[in-house]
Amino acid sequence: MSDRLTLLRETIERVLPEVEGVVALKQGPGGIVAPHLDLPSRPAELEALSLWPKYPVPDTLKIIQKAHPGAKLGVVCRGCEERGIVEMAKHAQIDLANVQLIGLECVTDEATFCRCYKPFTAHATTTVGDKIEGVPDPLADAFLAKSQEERLAFWKEQFLHCIKCYGCRNICPQCFCNVCALEDAIWVETGRLPMPLPPMYHLVRAMHMTAKCVACRECEETCPAGIPLAIQFRLMARDVQQMFGYETGAVIDQKPPQLLVLEEGDYAKTGLPH
Amino acid sequence: MEYRNVLTTCPYCGTGCNFHLQVLDGKLVGVLPAKGHVIADGGMCIKGWNAHAFVHDKERLQKPLIRKNGELVEASWEEALGLVAERLGKVKADNGADSIGILTSAKCTNEENYILQKFARAVIGTNNVDHCARL
Ligand code: SF4
Ligand code: SF4
Ligand code: SF4
Ligand code: SF4
Repeated sequence: MSDRLTLLRETIERVLPEVEGVVALKQGPGGIVAPHLDLPSRPAELEALSLWPKYPVPDTLKIIQKAHPGAKLGVVCRGCEERGIVEMAKHAQIDLANVQLIGLECVTDEATFCRCYKPFTAHATTTVGDKIEGVPDPLADAFLAKSQEERLAFWKEQFLHCIKCYGCRNICPQCFCNVCALEDAIWVETGRLPMPLPPMYHLVRAMHMTAKCVACRECEETCPAGIPLAIQFRLMARDVQQMFGYETGAVIDQKPPQLLVLEEGDYAKTGLPH
Repeated sequence: MEYRNVLTTCPYCGTGCNFHLQVLDGKLVGVLPAKGHVIADGGMCIKGWNAHAFVHDKERLQKPLIRKNGELVEASWEEALGLVAERLGKVKADNGADSIGILTSAKCTNEENYILQKFARAVIGTNNVDHCARL
């Protein structure tokens, strides 16, 4: 049996003639990997196809789709990336009808690195690799073992290190507002580090990620201060599940709770999909 | 339809973080980290995250400007560089090479800084070379 990389390459080769391009990872100079748009006219580029490290490919897909509405695109997506694409479609950021999902199932090492509860895709009809079970999140578990005071002290200490690079917002595929509250001085004071407590930047982002975060951990990975941001999002996802019965990325035609405040009739008037 | 990521070095400081410039149909649309790169391993500061922004900016100078009669006037590179060479030559002839100093920048690459110190020492003939990272 072939390895995942070979299987993925063969799968993309099969899909390429049916689409205008496939978003996948490609190895570049110095072995550094990044998302890339493979085109049917340049099959040789698939030589440099790569599996890891993961990148926020839902965002890449969105960027290309917005400039080329209607273009049929394939995208290689892992579980978290598929969840991201599904949620972005619900918020009118991606047109799912023009996307062919190529699922790439994660292996144990990757799931452990990501502390991932769901290292597999749920909707892609074309998939590569075998599904494995999710793994526990030791950081979240250790956090849950703390008392209320210890938790507060933990976040105070963590956010002391934040350099407000905005990387966690910039890289997050689910952060896509045209006007961002984090750039409004009413919410986030400029020119001050460490940020004053309570850290409004992080509270606002936590609010805005409720029922949106898909646990891809991109924010945490890019944080130069090494703040384990995904802990808070994981616990919020647990609460959203309990309170609203909603899990991001799970059901394509289930509306997220923040889109449910309008009555059905009112919702139709917004012109948003579904 | 074209989307590529071009690995490059941040132009904003001497740390030299690497990142990708996202190029969509020939235009820069954003920055993406370079995971696994030795300097910052997928992280950046806020300047790096915005390093694509000036490239297509409307207010970016596209041509050299020469002040003529108190007004900045567009000029060709040939004319501008010619004027700089002529004036530097005159200052050196009148007052000696050590009357000239070269300030370079941490925003430049190592190679650009190397060229500038070479220019100061070998062309102008002075050791007056410095740059902003010492301030
Ligand atoms: S977060 Fe989960 S699905 Fe995403 S890459 Fe990691 S292991 Fe895979
Ligand atoms: S894990 Fe971070 S980057 Fe990923 S969706 Fe959640 S908040 Fe955004
Ligand atoms: S990525 Fe880290 S350092 Fe940058 S703003 Fe977010 S929490 Fe702060
Ligand atoms: S990203 Fe920031 S720290 Fe890194 S080289 Fe650029 S300016 Fe310097």
